Amino acid sequence: MAFRIRKKRLSRSTGGDIVIFFFLALGAAFMALPMVYTISQAFKPLNELWLFPPQFWVRNPTLANFNDLFVLMGKSWVPITRYLFNSLFIVIFGMLGNVITGSLAAYALSKHKFPGRDIINEIIVLSLMFTPAVTSIPNYLTISWLGWVNTYWAVVIPQWQWTLGLYLMRNFITAMVHDSLLEAARIDGASELRIYAQIVMPMVKPAWLTLIILVFQNLWRETGSMFIYAEQLKTLPYALSQIASGGIARAGVSAAITLIMMMVPIIVFVFNQSKIVETMGTSGMGGE
Amino acid sequence: MSSVVSPRRQMVGPMPQVKKESLWTRMKKSWVSYAFVAPFMILFLVFTVVPVLLSIILSFTYFNMLEWPKWMGWSNYIRLFLGDKVFLIAVKNTLLFAVITGPVSYLMCFLFAWLINELQPKVRAFLTLLFYAPSISGNVYVIWQMLFSGDTYGYINAQLLNLGIIDRPIQWLVDPTWMMPIVIVVSLWMSLGTTFLVFIAGLQGISASLYEAGAIDGIKNRWQELWYLTIPAMRNYLMFGAIMSITSSFAAAGQIQALTGPTPTDWATWTVMQHLLDYGNTRYEMGYASAISVFLFVVMVGSQKLVQRALSRVGN
Repeated sequence: MAFRIRKKRLSRSTGGDIVIFFFLALGAAFMALPMVYTISQAFKPLNELWLFPPQFWVRNPTLANFNDLFVLMGKSWVPITRYLFNSLFIVIFGMLGNVITGSLAAYALSKHKFPGRDIINEIIVLSLMFTPAVTSIPNYLTISWLGWVNTYWAVVIPQWQWTLGLYLMRNFITAMVHDSLLEAARIDGASELRIYAQIVMPMVKPAWLTLIILVFQNLWRETGSMFIYAEQLKTLPYALSQIASGGIARAGVSAAITLIMMMVPIIVFVFNQSKIVETMGTSGMGGE
Repeated sequence: MSSVVSPRRQMVGPMPQVKKESLWTRMKKSWVSYAFVAPFMILFLVFTVVPVLLSIILSFTYFNMLEWPKWMGWSNYIRLFLGDKVFLIAVKNTLLFAVITGPVSYLMCFLFAWLINELQPKVRAFLTLLFYAPSISGNVYVIWQMLFSGDTYGYINAQLLNLGIIDRPIQWLVDPTWMMPIVIVVSLWMSLGTTFLVFIAGLQGISASLYEAGAIDGIKNRWQELWYLTIPAMRNYLMFGAIMSITSSFAAAGQIQALTGPTPTDWATWTVMQHLLDYGNTRYEMGYASAISVFLFVVMVGSQKLVQRALSRVGN
């Protein structure tokens, strides 16, 4: 009996498991449609792309679109690797900064008691509900006043105060980190910074891995067109959209671009999800 | 170092404070906490709090981004409710849209996350990816435009014609009867985003020992387990998800515009957010656009308070 409890939780029926699995498989197939479609499009020759009525599946798959894309990339005035570097710079620094500022503040707002804490918490929740559409003008003025126009920082630094990230981190820290553990560490003489870095952050690894996925998706498609005018500072999505917009004959190239732009977040996503599963498995906190 | 009680304990610990201490003394003692919060809060003040306050002030002005704002008192708000018929249609549409998509998408996120969490780690990671796919793909509307295309080649029209259910194609995205339902379905299909991921991560953080103890205490099936163990352990994430559902359903615009175009028939799918973007980005009436955003803000905060009250009763 004890053996079975380990293998499987008590409260499960096999029949239920089967029904749930089919339900999920059906849902997943439906959800995966746009992804499958993107892949199928990228391998279609030009005549199939312009077929009417449009077809979902590719009939004569070809790599021509990718070939054309690489040729066009090679002809780019600013080398394509430069655009890639710009995008990676923005994504990596935006992500790091967001996780660090967000989690530092989240730890204090969740586990410390200090005057003003409750007001800050309340303001943060409220700010989630104000549409950013109308705040872009003051932000533009601030950024140009700071002299950040035409630099990466115009895109990177506003990301560091992404409230959603802080709010996400705070909820996870409140739910996953027990006060008794922090108390014990304090009695042992650990500094607050050390507690944050060595106890809190490892415990909420699923939280910041999730946050990384979200920030990555935000910034990966960032064209920065509002603040960045210098060609050699522009990002990959901008460069690729320029290539794609070169006329009707570029339909194949643009399908290839869509696939490449999609693959990168998917790789990041899969990598992070596997890390999340891994942590929960080794720390003995998880379901399995 | 090994001397008496560490001073940090008094700064941050939950120890009862002596009431006599002045606010200033307490603030000085909490300097560590302020240092933790500072990097975020300084940027937050500059890039969020000040712009939001400015936009609330602007909502009482006429501002076209060329001239200095002119003070107008309440007239933007009066115009919204008494002089702008399209806005009232937008409010009606937004309420209908939000009342359906908000709760349903929220329940979907939870249901799918909960079901997926039961599976083996490998299968779980794969299914999470598939369900999250519409959020990653970037060209999600193309599929729906193919399905609901208004000519006889549109997938759904073709099938219905073949089966003899209809005798001529339906203009799915132009006919006001169908526009709103389709927009709602597509929005629901796209809604397994941030909340879904957070629920997945949250569920994984619930310790297995909680369930083992529950099984010993007489939890019989997965429904009891859900109600008595899982939901109470998920409370923090549930509130997070609720706020996400509220903001995304009341501020919906992008996916709707992509489906039914910038000027939907009879304003059938025109939402408050579309109205806001129209005035802010196209007509440059920033004062009026700000008034709309303040209205939206008030509505969202109101619903958030209601949900918060409801959630505090769940799972008790």
